[in-house]
Amino acid sequence: MYKVIERKQIVPNIHLLVVETEHIHKNAHAGEFVVVRADEKGERIPLNLVDWDERSVSMVFMEVGTSTSKLAALKPGDEIATLAGPLGKPTEKSEGKKIVCIGGCYGIGALNPVLRMFKANKNHVTTIIEARSDFLLYWRERLKEHSDELYEITRDGTRGVRGHINDFLVEHLKKSKVDLVYVQGCTYLTYLASETTRPFGIKTIVGLNPIMVDATGMCGVCRVTINGETKFGCVDGPEFDGHQVDWDNLLSRRKIYIREEVYSLSFYECERYG
Amino acid sequence: MAKKIQPTKIPMREQPAKERIRNYAEVPYGYSEKEAMQEASRCLQCKRPTCIQGCPVEIDIPGFIDFIAKGDFQAAIDRLKEKNILPAVCGRVCPQEDQCEKVCVLTKKYEPVAIGRLERFAADWERAQGSMSVPKIPSQTGKKVAIIGSGPGGLTVAGDLIKLGHAVTMFEALHEPGGVLVYGIPEFRLPKAIVYREVDYLIECGVKLVLDFVVGKTATIDQLLESYDVVYIGTGAGLPWFMNIPGENLNGVYSANEYLTRANLMKAYLFPEYDTPIVRGKSVAVIGGGNVAMDCARTALRLGAEQVHIVYRRSHKEMPARLEEIHHAEGEGIIFDILTLPIKYIGDKKSWVKEMECIKMELGEPDASGRRRPVPIDGSNFVTPVDTVVCAIGQSPNPLIPQTTPDLKVGKWGNIEADPETGKTSKPRCWAGGDVVRGGATVILAMGDGRVAARSMHEYLMTGKW
Ligand SMILES: Cc1cc2nc3c(=O)[nH]c(=O)nc-3n(C[C@H](O)[C@H](O)[C@H](O)COP(=O)(O)OP(=O)(O)OC[C@H]3O[C@@H](n4cnc5c(N)ncnc54)[C@H](O)[C@@H]3O)c2cc1C
Ligand SMILES: Cc1cc2nc3c(=O)[nH]c(=O)nc-3n(C[C@H](O)[C@H](O)[C@H](O)COP(=O)(O)OP(=O)(O)OC[C@H]3O[C@@H](n4cnc5c(N)ncnc54)[C@H](O)[C@@H]3O)c2cc1C
Ligand code: SF4
Ligand code: SF4
Ligand code: FES
Repeated sequence: MYKVIERKQIVPNIHLLVVETEHIHKNAHAGEFVVVRADEKGERIPLNLVDWDERSVSMVFMEVGTSTSKLAALKPGDEIATLAGPLGKPTEKSEGKKIVCIGGCYGIGALNPVLRMFKANKNHVTTIIEARSDFLLYWRERLKEHSDELYEITRDGTRGVRGHINDFLVEHLKKSKVDLVYVQGCTYLTYLASETTRPFGIKTIVGLNPIMVDATGMCGVCRVTINGETKFGCVDGPEFDGHQVDWDNLLSRRKIYIREEVYSLSFYECERYG
Repeated sequence: MAKKIQPTKIPMREQPAKERIRNYAEVPYGYSEKEAMQEASRCLQCKRPTCIQGCPVEIDIPGFIDFIAKGDFQAAIDRLKEKNILPAVCGRVCPQEDQCEKVCVLTKKYEPVAIGRLERFAADWERAQGSMSVPKIPSQTGKKVAIIGSGPGGLTVAGDLIKLGHAVTMFEALHEPGGVLVYGIPEFRLPKAIVYREVDYLIECGVKLVLDFVVGKTATIDQLLESYDVVYIGTGAGLPWFMNIPGENLNGVYSANEYLTRANLMKAYLFPEYDTPIVRGKSVAVIGGGNVAMDCARTALRLGAEQVHIVYRRSHKEMPARLEEIHHAEGEGIIFDILTLPIKYIGDKKSWVKEMECIKMELGEPDASGRRRPVPIDGSNFVTPVDTVVCAIGQSPNPLIPQTTPDLKVGKWGNIEADPETGKTSKPRCWAGGDVVRGGATVILAMGDGRVAARSMHEYLMTGKW
């Protein structure tokens, strides 16, 4: 069992979770993730590492289904059943490059260690965070620290630039020379960003989120098609070249359990709230 | 004067097929004391018992059977445990027909002695007596042992080395110990309580168990060697194979590992009480003919499938599964499509598998394994409807550890190379055994490897000589 140090809602539906562990920080790198299981009956789910130190790791998660609802109900002092990591391949290092980093929903939090790593390696980092509305944007100060420039985009224009990430990205890529684009967030965002950079021929690294179970390469549920080849998301990824991803396959595989997920959530809510 | 021998084994009572396909409870009930004593009396107590040579850990088979025949069950289990720390497991899952029972002298005329069933009986009898006595552990040597993986191999090494007075820590990537015994082999064939009891026993002996620790990621072997004197790698063969045929990434196509892990480790058969879901297909095809395939097929039935097919490219005779599993599967109504090879999966508009195209095979010349090679019959293709496919064609070792341990030699299939006499790898202070060395093998072979390595590790710890 692993003790929860902190769990708080940062913005509606998005939470920070800090859990005690001495093991994980030693080998943790930007771009890696952990597997958590809320309780003994829980599912194993992957969450990106957003920070770590000698006694804890932090994650940012979006409340969507049963597993994340269970996590959202945690209080400091509670315990979770599983915490394993760091897992996955670290973000590839680069030096002295011009990099645009894009984050949406939980991906805003997931950018944190990646920006820090890019910055430490003397890259020029342009960070773009996006959300539907101002009240869903978070961590701008924290991310600014590791960015040379930071842009905010809201669909309703309540903060920063109004519109969609693709419009902004196109304008930005036309204006400035960019060596690499890096994207964290839901599948739609990673897909959209990849399709936007494709005509520019700019290498685009995306963090994918296929369904996982063990997350150590044992089960193969996380398989994704990259450049026509099957890869395991948990050990060969989770970051891949967005221009090589078979998005249709990823999107349909993410929906395998939609029916069960809805059922599971209503079951959980009945149990919890009666 | 030759005593009169009953030609056949005393049958083991079991759950009727109709009932058992609706539940997850164990299928055979095991012998009663009377049945066990009767079966034990079939053993001739040979002067030169060939059966022992058929057992990879050389259990004193006539010895323990003689105790059962005399009704001294405690002595029987003590004798078994001298060589095998997991008799309740091996009695259930060993392929006895290829090992101890294959070479029992009775097979010349009759059915062999039911060695596996008797082994199971003795172990179950002990369990029924309540708490096990924890042996007195001799004083500590001050040496530290790291064991990676808590499958049958790792458990054996842990048991042997803790008893020799070393400090033993076992690292496991998953959230439960036991390896394939827990995440792979289903409850109805091997109740998990049996495995947990053995693990608890080791913990009581002083073994430290660290779960959720993925060696190669959480810490590398080299990092472990900074604080441990020796390391045993018993990480199994967990990397699932696929056939690389069109449609394998459609929804509803599983690897055996995923299917069984969801069902067993994550308890998806109890969904939604447990959170992990599994597809409850109505028409399921399981590809392969080994124990893994039988387990998947029988699991699918218990998850409510109406039709389950085993699709195997060779004939019945070549099936590598234990005889008992094949019988059980047949008894439960699993349909065997032999000499059949899937070549393509076809999806519906939502990318769910709906059909599978197969080709019929015939047996040609024997291949390297001595089995006749299956060859496709031109033009025999046919398409059949399925809504779930489970691919159980084999697995190889997980590359996480080799990738992060450059001086560890691995073979063509990613298996770690180890000296069969000692279990030593190419890397000083590192031993390996079980499926990570052999590829998919058996429980008892993994335990045998563990025993060999433990002896060599102990020698190294006491002398410092590699
Ligand atoms: C490598 C990796 C890293 C990840 N990192 C994070 C992270 O840092 N923070 C985080 O919140 N999530 C992250 N995810 C996704 C996270 O694992 C899932 O959100 C989680 O499994 C959902 O579990 P659940 O039981 O709450 O929801 P489920 O019951 O599994 O899902 C409920 C419904 O929501 C949909 N859904 C699930 N996840 C998402 C999503 N992320 N965006 C939009 N819809 C979704 C599902 O398709 C389903 O319809 C990551 C995934 C991977 C593979
Ligand atoms: C479904 C199925 C049915 C089977 N049926 C039979 C049968 O009836 N009879 C029989 O004799 N054999 C059977 N086998 C084969 C048998 O189970 C294996 O040969 C045996 O379990 C191998 O033991 P092991 O100790 O080498 O490894 P495993 O049992 O595979 O255990 C390895 C352990 O190491 C852990 N691990 C892996 N990587 C890491 C890492 N990097 N860090 C930490 N831990 C790690 C794994 O999580 C696992 O718990 C079956 C196998 C399967 C899959
Ligand atoms: S351990 Fe296996 S091979 Fe050895 S006697 Fe028991 S059942 Fe037979
Ligand atoms: S070979 Fe058969 S009959 Fe002879 S001792 Fe062994 S089990 Fe008994
Ligand atoms: S999650 Fe099981 S192999 Fe990737």
